[in-house]
Amino acid sequence: MTHSPSPHAFPRREFLKAGGAIIIGFTFCGVSYGQEGADFVAFAGGSDQPDPRQLDTWLAIHADNTATIFLGFVELGQGSTTALLQIAAEELDLGMNQVTSVRLDTNRSPNQGATAASAAIARGGPRLRAAAAEARQTLLTLASRRLNVPIGRLPASNGIVSVVEDPKQSITYGQLLGDKPFHVTFTGTAPLKPVSAYKIVGARVPRNDIPDKVSGKYVYMQNLRVSGMLHGRVVRPRGQSAYADGARVLKVDESSIKDIAGVQIVRRRDFIGVVAPNEWDAVRAARQLKVTWSPARTLRANTGVHEQMRAAKTIDSVLRESGDVTAALGRATHRVSETYRGPYQSHAPFGPACALAQVTAESALIMCSTQNAFDTRAQLSQVLGMPVGKVRVQYYEGSGTFGRSCYNDAAQAASIMSQETGKPVRVQFMRWDELGWDNYGPPHLAEVRAGVDSHGKIVAYEYRGWQHVWSTTETSQQLAQGTLPAESDDGVARQLNKLNLASMYDIPNVRLVNHRVPGINGYLKGANLRSPLDISFSFASEQTIDELAYLSGFDPLAFRQQNMTDGRWLAVLNAVAQAAKWTPRKAALRLSAARVVAGRGIAMGTHLSSYAAAVAEIEVNKETGRIVAKHIYGALDAGLAVNPAFIESEISGMLVQATSRMLKDEVTFSDSNVTSLDWNSYPVLRFEECPEVTTIVVQRMDQKSSGAGEEALCSAAAAIANAFFDATGVRLREYPMTPSRVLSALKL
Amino acid sequence: MASEIQIEVNEQFHTIAAAPDTPLLYVLSNELLLTGPRFGCGLAQCGSCSVLVDGVETRSCVTRVAAVKNKSITTLEGLPSWYAKQKGLSATPALHPVQQAMIDEQALHCGYCYNGMIIKAAELLSKVPQPTVTQIRSAMDGHLCRCGTYPRVLKAIQRAAQTEVSK
Repeated sequence: MTHSPSPHAFPRREFLKAGGAIIIGFTFCGVSYGQEGADFVAFAGGSDQPDPRQLDTWLAIHADNTATIFLGFVELGQGSTTALLQIAAEELDLGMNQVTSVRLDTNRSPNQGATAASAAIARGGPRLRAAAAEARQTLLTLASRRLNVPIGRLPASNGIVSVVEDPKQSITYGQLLGDKPFHVTFTGTAPLKPVSAYKIVGARVPRNDIPDKVSGKYVYMQNLRVSGMLHGRVVRPRGQSAYADGARVLKVDESSIKDIAGVQIVRRRDFIGVVAPNEWDAVRAARQLKVTWSPARTLRANTGVHEQMRAAKTIDSVLRESGDVTAALGRATHRVSETYRGPYQSHAPFGPACALAQVTAESALIMCSTQNAFDTRAQLSQVLGMPVGKVRVQYYEGSGTFGRSCYNDAAQAASIMSQETGKPVRVQFMRWDELGWDNYGPPHLAEVRAGVDSHGKIVAYEYRGWQHVWSTTETSQQLAQGTLPAESDDGVARQLNKLNLASMYDIPNVRLVNHRVPGINGYLKGANLRSPLDISFSFASEQTIDELAYLSGFDPLAFRQQNMTDGRWLAVLNAVAQAAKWTPRKAALRLSAARVVAGRGIAMGTHLSSYAAAVAEIEVNKETGRIVAKHIYGALDAGLAVNPAFIESEISGMLVQATSRMLKDEVTFSDSNVTSLDWNSYPVLRFEECPEVTTIVVQRMDQKSSGAGEEALCSAAAAIANAFFDATGVRLREYPMTPSRVLSALKL
Repeated sequence: MASEIQIEVNEQFHTIAAAPDTPLLYVLSNELLLTGPRFGCGLAQCGSCSVLVDGVETRSCVTRVAAVKNKSITTLEGLPSWYAKQKGLSATPALHPVQQAMIDEQALHCGYCYNGMIIKAAELLSKVPQPTVTQIRSAMDGHLCRCGTYPRVLKAIQRAAQTEVSK
């Protein structure tokens, strides 16, 4: 089923990037995601990339009866490149050992937009499935002609097509097409295998990247070397200033590195780098080069950022309005009205960004770890002053990035240095570059009011939220071209998340007001950090719900159950409660005078289209203020789980990362610069602090697959916050819940 | 100034030209083109670059190459052979038991930190063949994982220790 979408059908700007976008899709409906009925499968084509309307863009059949699948998504450690192969193998009737993929390359991979928003399976799966089905149908048509038997009597298995009455009469895909192109238009109309016949999809196939990763054979971006290349490092102030300030060079003292032989300074306006044949020389030179920067003191320190946003001239929109919140609050038996704060947090990839560029007068090849190679290419074309068609981007996996960290910045820096020197340049950021010049997850301020009636029914809910927009210009481009940075304020991930904010509850009077803060003046660079802003939303929203339960005298689980009717939400909530052996009681009923007290909390949440719930068991040391997460349970319904083992692994990682983000992660800055620049000043959860985890995948073979890479994060974080109240009888309304915040809250 | 330095890595001797203060990591990555140890922080805070120096887990990002002369360096690539020698095996297995356990547990996400995780776990098991959970958590505490896979690393180390018992 193919139909033409209306222009507003693209929820993310990525799909509009390539000029003259050609869209082939199944069901496009509206700008919303899964739960609101959308099933969008979008990608763009154009003259500078492989034509998505050709089946050969999607896969190739080889003479040895194997297939290469050209994936439009990248491996980030989530297992998607194995799971996508499961989908392709299933529909092609091939075994898993007969399918491989190649690294994403803008010159030969289909443009599927970003590997972001948990989209690889949800968005990429249906398209790949259709392509594989069409390939299978084409192969069966060829077999039918060769064997002179109708298609209906030609079952296929492991790439062997045989005649149903006489299985000895057979031919392989390799024999039919071996290494020749299909030359078939991809229509998306081939019949699909029924879900009931699935053997590979839904199975716990092991990930194909793990053996090489543990043996040391895997080539990460940081491992890549080419002959004749130089090592480059960027030279910037330690820690970024306010976004619009960038960094302005007053003076470069070249003599400060004259003792390091073979080093060359690369300068383009305020962009400064050093290159050297020897990596240690480049590292030393970047550290030693004396550059005088124009002072910038336009930041408020991180302690003042929420008040700065609250006082800003904002662009406001009502994202949801039903009933009359104010009137309902007036009639409510119990009311709450509180303010919540969330910090800037860093992507903090474990290995800093790295890229290798080979730029000549005619063309450019850039190897990097981008989540969106086509978007990266478009930006590089601007930085290099070269048409898009001359710029080629190849993906090499780096370390887990969780959104737009510095990977584009590093790719641009390498490109500039290569263009200036005429040699291939490998740039690796130092730890302080990565943590200091990240596009951080923006801070959030929430004012929430809610009320409950005498029966424990939530009658009113109002959420007003402030957050600033995202920066879209990478630092290298900003410094090299001297342009005022651009920002992006559109898209669901930059505003209040309607799907996450109490949408799981049946509340008659609801009001969601988004206060968009222009981000250019006096803020840090912002971008999508895994499950953008949802931890802040759930921290505020699920504590509000919990507080209503407490005021009404209900057990937090029972209170949620009685305020919900959606079967999928109830199923994850009940699944996690059961796993945690939740016994009903009101919160904060077991307060004690002991030094270390224990508590449990429950919460729900999502990012876009899946359903998650979590239970946290924690201990609080009232003398030190230290919180220890003992055990976190997480349940996730992501529709049809293509590989339940991968989703368990993702949930496990999310429960741990959520603990880190709730208890530790926080970007700090003064009035001039970011000051959290290493793992001491930007602490993350450590091995000894790690909770035990229990993961539950709710398999839904009858539902379409939805995201599994971010959706369980926010419920786990909010469950920890609720557990703190259970343990202490005190609410923390700002995170991370550090010892100092805990101690000052307990003193009040 | 660069000078000639002889180092032993994975039972092979190499003569390399490097300034004596060059961190070992850059020599392993650029001169020997080894892909196991990787840059993470350059500050000995994360463990991404770990190698064994005479069997002791060492941060190669802050270890001067001149300091490892006359010492035996083992990287992730050389771990199976190091293990075979340690155990007196006649043949080198394809993988160290910890590496195999990481596969069996499907432990990793991006896997960038697993060089250090595996090196450290191999060191631990060489000293404490049957570590308790507390011993594992304490030994591994200097190795960070941003993807949050600690629970599976723990399980994999327990599994590797168990494998040794059942042999």
